[in-house]
Amino acid sequence: MRIKCPYCGERDAQEFAYLGAADPKRPDPDAEGAADAFYDYVYLRENPAGVLAELWYHTAGCHSWLRVERDTRTHVIHSVAYASPHEAGD
Amino acid sequence: MRYSAFSVLTNALGGNRGWTRAWRKAEPKPQYDVVIVGGGHGLAAAYYLAKVHGITNVAVVEKGYLGSGNIGRNTTIVRSNYMLPPNTLLYEHALKLWEGLSQDLNFNCMVSQRGVLNVVHSDVQRNAYARRGNAMRLAGVDAELLNTDQVRHLIPFADFSNARFPIRGGLLQRRGGTVRHDAVAWGYARAADERGVDIIEQCEVTGIKIENGAVRGVETTRGFIGARKVGLAVAGNSSRVASFAGLRLPIETHVLQAFVSEGLKPVLDHVVTFGAGHFYVSQSDKGGLVFGGDLDGYNSYAQRGNLPTAEDVMEGALALFPNFARLRMLRNWGGLIDMTMDGSPIIDKTDIRGLYFNGGWCYGGFKATPASGECFAHLIARDEAPDLIRSFKLDRFKAGAMLDEKGMGAQPNLH
Repeated sequence: MRIKCPYCGERDAQEFAYLGAADPKRPDPDAEGAADAFYDYVYLRENPAGVLAELWYHTAGCHSWLRVERDTRTHVIHSVAYASPHEAGD
Repeated sequence: MRYSAFSVLTNALGGNRGWTRAWRKAEPKPQYDVVIVGGGHGLAAAYYLAKVHGITNVAVVEKGYLGSGNIGRNTTIVRSNYMLPPNTLLYEHALKLWEGLSQDLNFNCMVSQRGVLNVVHSDVQRNAYARRGNAMRLAGVDAELLNTDQVRHLIPFADFSNARFPIRGGLLQRRGGTVRHDAVAWGYARAADERGVDIIEQCEVTGIKIENGAVRGVETTRGFIGARKVGLAVAGNSSRVASFAGLRLPIETHVLQAFVSEGLKPVLDHVVTFGAGHFYVSQSDKGGLVFGGDLDGYNSYAQRGNLPTAEDVMEGALALFPNFARLRMLRNWGGLIDMTMDGSPIIDKTDIRGLYFNGGWCYGGFKATPASGECFAHLIARDEAPDLIRSFKLDRFKAGAMLDEKGMGAQPNLH
């Protein structure tokens, strides 16, 4: 598996560290029902058999957090982008 | 047909034409008392439902052929060298069942209690293993702490003077070992079938029918099958199948690879694990060395992994056994692993009446098969969890009652 880092170019996946799904957002700890929301955020997973947006960190490269869309059934990578809006230039 | 030395002899004299199918090729009936999804732990559960609880109107549905899933994709190791009491007790119960399984099923499961040796490479690690060994002995499990010479006696060809990872001792569980995994699937299938259980292969579940909060049956590629109770035992695909019932689980699916070398004359008498990396090895009866190691580390349903993990496993092998350097690897494969948020399994009822869940086995599924099946059968038959699985609840993450053997937290690829 190779990941095309937007800064470094195409690199072996071994250079990257894996975090997991990219989409869950940390809930507001002061909101109503925060305990349930945190349980959901920390422990429950969609775990799809198909395309999953996930976070990879380029440990042995540019130290960017990347948002990678990858098919968990085939390991085909559909897209790679900077995860942080700052690096993405937004 | 009952298997015995006599039946082997008479069939040999008859040119081996007298053997019959080990289990019927069952067609799905419209309605069962219990349908169990998954022909791994599910076969064991069906067997104990029939044998212990007298419930024989049972079907096991398997999406492929029997033995094509995780029951045939593991590295065949059985052991109970855990530290947290719920895990130790469950796996120890499984090990006791393994010890009598061939007689119980009248099927040779090739149970080989060759001993599981965890090699130690530093004083700190010896302390950790002494603690684990003591925890095991307190739970009534056998464990022996070995010094370097005792380990040398068991694996004389290991690299004892490795500059980075010298061998400083080991923890040995003599009752641990290996069991032929296909034979377990076939043995349970045959014994369950004999008691009236229908084993339906090539039958993939595509939906779960629920009415008024109670389960009514499963939709499959071979039509609807009605059931009063449905048990899910599909580790690897738990999230997918549970999603048919609207459940979200504390599980990620990862890929774990295994490797087999060309056949050798007997060289390795035990199951040996490397303490300075994640690598373990045993020699199969055919002579091939069976290697295992770490997860690839990313979510995957692909049933195959990537080469960096293969390299990592081989490096572990050579750090421990330099004499394996000229071995050629014959084949490798991947199995899908349900990784839970604490590294321990889940066997529990769900919020849906009549729907039971068994999964999240992480690395420990195969060795738990008999105990998992027996407890799951009890849970389904009596709608009540036996003592052995009281801690393996679905809601333990919410309740804060995690069973985190490695202390990694909710990062499943690190367990």
